[in-house]
Amino acid sequence: MGDSGSERERLMHGYEFYVDPSRCIGCQSCLNACEECETHRGQSMINFDFIDRKGTTASAAFVCWHCDEPTCAMVCPADAIKKGDDGVVQSSLKPRCIGCSNCVLACPFGIPKIFPEREQMMKCDMCYDRTSIGKRPMCATVCPSQALAYVRPEQIAWRREKPSNVFYFGKQRITTKVHVMVPANTESISLDVLDHIWEETYAALPEA
Amino acid sequence: MAEPPASSKTLLDRFGPHPAFVPTGGWQNESEHPAHRLVKTHCCFCGQQCGIQLKVRENQVIGFEPWEEFPFNHGMLCPKGVKRYLQGGHPDRLLDPLLREPNGFRAAGWDETLDFTARRLQEIQQKYGKDSVAIYGGASLISEKSYLLGKFARVALGTRHIDYNGRLCMVSAGTAYKLAFGVDRSPLPWSDIPKAQVILVAGANVAECAPITTDYIWRCRDGGGKLMVVDPRMTPICRNADVYLPVRPGTDLALYLGLLHVVLRDGLEKREFIDQYTTGFSAVAESVRVWDPRTVAEKTGVPPESIERAAHLFAKAERAIALHARGVEHQSKGVENCLALINLCLATGHIGREGAGCAMITGQGNGQGGREHGQKCDQLPGQRSISDPEARAHTAKVWGIAPEEIPQAGYSAVEIMEAIHRGEIKALLSCCFNPLVSLPDANFTHEALKKLEFFGVIDFFLSETAHYADVVLAGSLQEEEEGIGCTVEGRVIHIRKAVDPPGNAKGDTWIYCELAKRLGKAKYFPYHTTREIYEELREASHGGHADYYGITYEKIDQNLGVFWPCPSLDHPGTPRLFEDGRSYHPDGKHHFVVTEWRESGDPVSADYPVYLTTGRVVSQYLSGTQTRRIGALLKQYPNPRVEIHPRLAQQYGIADGDWVTVSSRRSQITLQAMVVRTIRPDTVFIPYHWPGDRSANRLTHRTLDPRSKIPEFKVSACQLQKVAGPAEWAIREAKGNA
Repeated sequence: MGDSGSERERLMHGYEFYVDPSRCIGCQSCLNACEECETHRGQSMINFDFIDRKGTTASAAFVCWHCDEPTCAMVCPADAIKKGDDGVVQSSLKPRCIGCSNCVLACPFGIPKIFPEREQMMKCDMCYDRTSIGKRPMCATVCPSQALAYVRPEQIAWRREKPSNVFYFGKQRITTKVHVMVPANTESISLDVLDHIWEETYAALPEA
Repeated sequence: MAEPPASSKTLLDRFGPHPAFVPTGGWQNESEHPAHRLVKTHCCFCGQQCGIQLKVRENQVIGFEPWEEFPFNHGMLCPKGVKRYLQGGHPDRLLDPLLREPNGFRAAGWDETLDFTARRLQEIQQKYGKDSVAIYGGASLISEKSYLLGKFARVALGTRHIDYNGRLCMVSAGTAYKLAFGVDRSPLPWSDIPKAQVILVAGANVAECAPITTDYIWRCRDGGGKLMVVDPRMTPICRNADVYLPVRPGTDLALYLGLLHVVLRDGLEKREFIDQYTTGFSAVAESVRVWDPRTVAEKTGVPPESIERAAHLFAKAERAIALHARGVEHQSKGVENCLALINLCLATGHIGREGAGCAMITGQGNGQGGREHGQKCDQLPGQRSISDPEARAHTAKVWGIAPEEIPQAGYSAVEIMEAIHRGEIKALLSCCFNPLVSLPDANFTHEALKKLEFFGVIDFFLSETAHYADVVLAGSLQEEEEGIGCTVEGRVIHIRKAVDPPGNAKGDTWIYCELAKRLGKAKYFPYHTTREIYEELREASHGGHADYYGITYEKIDQNLGVFWPCPSLDHPGTPRLFEDGRSYHPDGKHHFVVTEWRESGDPVSADYPVYLTTGRVVSQYLSGTQTRRIGALLKQYPNPRVEIHPRLAQQYGIADGDWVTVSSRRSQITLQAMVVRTIRPDTVFIPYHWPGDRSANRLTHRTLDPRSKIPEFKVSACQLQKVAGPAEWAIREAKGNA
């Protein structure tokens, strides 16, 4: 069903996943669409947060970053978490997973979730069911601001923000399959309406 | 007729809104019973009208799949689009017509309810005259339905009073564009947005109300474009604005007059363009002379430097676009606000070229198409004026009646409710409109509804307004009848039928035709399919500005949409207007129009010192009749909250999460506070999608723009008071009987 076919399958090769929080508008379309995917319908694998809604409308939606050396797999006592040749880190293997939550605690990005009713860790597998038949991952297809994007590197190159896939967590250096978009020249960002307003009367008032 | 026939609790228990979280048959239903087919069609929510594929099994929509080939959204969807499929099998869906009884509603047959409706309408017209009956239409209806509803009012009922809920949405922009350009449509296709060097977003919460447009703006920025945003709130797109202009509610006009002032003061206007293509420049130039940046700053609260910078960026750009929406349009000077933006574009030569111009961001599902073919009180099909003798002659010929049989212009939406309140209009037939939630001054609407001698409703869910009905005719969802719509861009699109209406529900067009038959007008309503209605609409629009004659369902499918005007079958359509420099006025010129400053209809005072502005959230659509029934969308933003800046909150001792009573000169409601730095400290914001004692529209006022008749939803005066405990509605809801 849909637009699968050899042409489209071929086209999916060379596509990469990019996450750009500066584009995110907090609409949660990704979160809602993820739970519509046939293989895990009713369960969303998207991590979404308003970062500090009191101060800003900034929001961030994340998929799994698919680490080159996945911490979740390294700490798994049951050897239940596998990374495929395509670099995608899969949900735990159901027969092996003991639901111990080691991966949940260890992942520096906070991605894996235990689903108690299934006694299994499940996570974003970058829509293997879709990409394998030539469709883009569901979240990146629907995302209205393309904060989540599944495109070729040359298509991302003309964006204002630039891709990076190197993260530091203390001394742990992590490289990932998924890229985050970061400002080419980071400038300070003002977040209070007061900084843009003319009347001086408000500046003098105390705050709640 | 008087109060609803049962308590609010009884009606809500039976008819909802009940939030549906899980599709019919459960989450696993689809893997066990896969879809039979995918239907390429469009989302029913909002004017973007995104392409979407509905998964259909037997006679049920069971899910969706993105439609990546559709060029406007390339598969992108907001959460409303993702979850829209949950309406078809919803437990609240009306499956039978309903008749009012002493203690509630009973399911009834079609003959009984249609005979009753027609009889009551005739009795009231015989007793009080033709114009004692009014029709309300909806801008979410496909164009075949809205066309036919207009014809039904004028031909079957002979009343002059038909208007629609687009009166709460697009009319200020439409009126302004007709005055300036002679035509009511966004002059540019959205593909122009990424090509601009400067985008001015004026009173448009793009991220929440037109989410797909965000990607167009971000792509503009990727190419080095500058983004300027005018809004009293830092909406999500403001985070990336190069210039943010936090205007005080109701003072937008002063800002745009000030921008033009700076442009002219510094000699940045495009003289050649003005001389060759426009009229009326000198009067406008004279009128902005007093609006220097300092004066404008006093009025708007926007710093003079920001005004200077914005004016220079906009005027010096080779290609600049001004996008506007309800923020400027929902004001008692909504038309002036739009005209001032148009004047700015004309003076700087930004019109009729790729990547340059002004555009309204149409809000409702078929907000563009729904206003073009005759459900506006003053228009006939093709965007023709009902007072124009030639237009009347053309329409009368298509309809097979004499021109003098077509009534003259009637009241607009709010004026109809006021005429009901004063007893002039006695009966109302409403299709897809929930005025109790969406009209301003909800207590007034409540009083008016009680005075109706007959109230008939055509809808697919029982809205809060329909509680007052004598009869409810179970109608159709968007995907249950084939037809067309017109998007924010002016692109005419094909709405494919995915399923039949469930149970004993019927297509809206069948209902209009059956009523017409019972009113003795069967020969004017002979249609068996909506395609036959569309063929007549094509003829009726032919020669008008919104000319659809050259657009067929098949041509839309081949081209993935056709932009009107399209006067002949071999015409390719018109994605961008005015490319030859000519407007749609008889003189071919773009008209500068002088705009005069006026104060808001509900000014702040010592007693009501805080501005109240109302609007939307991304997970809800209009009065919430549909989206408050979709669990995931409700969960995302369950109840309205009042947004307050910490500096204002402190003055009232309000902390985040506290309960606050917001009072206006009309009424009061109690909501939880959301203390955020993203709103001006003299303003509070409340989203309006909820009914009853959570309804923001209990606070708003009925001041209308004198030309467009749009209410001033964006500016009211209010006072705040911290209260000890939760509101009554919250206590009721906690007990499970909201």
